[in-house]
Amino acid sequence: MAQFRLPKNSRIGTGREFPAPEGARNVKRFRIYRYDPDSGANPVMDTYHLDLDDCGPMVLDALIKIKNEIDPTLTFRRSCREGICGSCAMNIQGGNTLACTQAISDFSGDIGIYPLPHMSVVKDLVPDMERFYAQYAAVEPWMKTETATPPDRERLQSPEERARLDGLYECILCACCSTACPSYWWNGDRYLGPAALLQAYRWIADSRDEATGERLDALEDPFKLYRCHTIMNCTRTCPKGLNPARAIGEIKKLMVERR
Amino acid sequence: MAVNDRPLSPALQVYRWHLLMAMSILHRASGVLLALGAVVLVVWLLALASGPEAYVRVSGVIGSVPGQVLLFGWSAALFYHLCNGIRHLFWDAGKGYDLSAAYASGYAVLAATLILTLAAWGGACLVLGGS
Repeated sequence: MAQFRLPKNSRIGTGREFPAPEGARNVKRFRIYRYDPDSGANPVMDTYHLDLDDCGPMVLDALIKIKNEIDPTLTFRRSCREGICGSCAMNIQGGNTLACTQAISDFSGDIGIYPLPHMSVVKDLVPDMERFYAQYAAVEPWMKTETATPPDRERLQSPEERARLDGLYECILCACCSTACPSYWWNGDRYLGPAALLQAYRWIADSRDEATGERLDALEDPFKLYRCHTIMNCTRTCPKGLNPARAIGEIKKLMVERR
Repeated sequence: MAVNDRPLSPALQVYRWHLLMAMSILHRASGVLLALGAVVLVVWLLALASGPEAYVRVSGVIGSVPGQVLLFGWSAALFYHLCNGIRHLFWDAGKGYDLSAAYASGYAVLAATLILTLAAWGGACLVLGGS
């Protein structure tokens, strides 16, 4: 169900303020969601003033600078810093994206940073991803075959068949799309969400996979697939430029065509 | 610390609104509005069937300024829901999923809603004004 107010323990208070170093001329304010599970207190927004003349260009650079130089307790996930691992997905100024590929200079005012929306927060910017991964596992993201593998070679694909996987296989499972989707916010326990459905379609569209019917059967459900109302938040927010909305549309089309 | 005591991160409270998201919720809102409008239509028809006195009373309410404002809202909701429904049909046929196409069709639906609503009221004024 739609929730218009956060639960009592999730309402956000005002936090601490960390002023800029003396002599800083190019100051930017970062307002960051903080939650400490050890204290159990409600989350707050801490404000950090950074000197951009002494900071890397990306939002992740700013977060790392804060952690290294101002407040080592700030907690967030990061790894590759080049948009391929998907660890640093978060809500930056109202849109979900990867902190490592989001330039600070894209925003004119303060930058508000929150964990991925409508998720259970483990600490600060770290959400609990367990359900998201379980949904990915539920679409059985591996090739399933009935026929025996040819003894002398791999299962071959024509270049056209391979091209059908473009725009699908590049997904890094950062969860920006699913946690941007209002349907996923309200029905995330039963709706699989755009990321898992894009992956479901990645295997449905694969010419080598022989379980298309079984895969469609598994998605034929009022909630798993059909909670998608083409709001397009997923496609709009995908940091890899993919189009989960189209993939879901293709699955819906296949459902009709096989009747 | 129990896992289910964890806070829920803000969603609707922080997510930045944009045209596609607003048009989606407007589609639902206009659908709800139309359902209410259907009730009013039934009341009007019942009044029509039960005699001139009731009909005059109901027509008076509908013809009042607030009644006309509501009627204008219902007609706009009808045309919006119709046009956006056609947009959804294109999506269901697998077309128009590029972001640029989704924005273009969105603006087209808004323009069509405005034109159809004004045309309907303009036409009604012409017909009623002429009689």
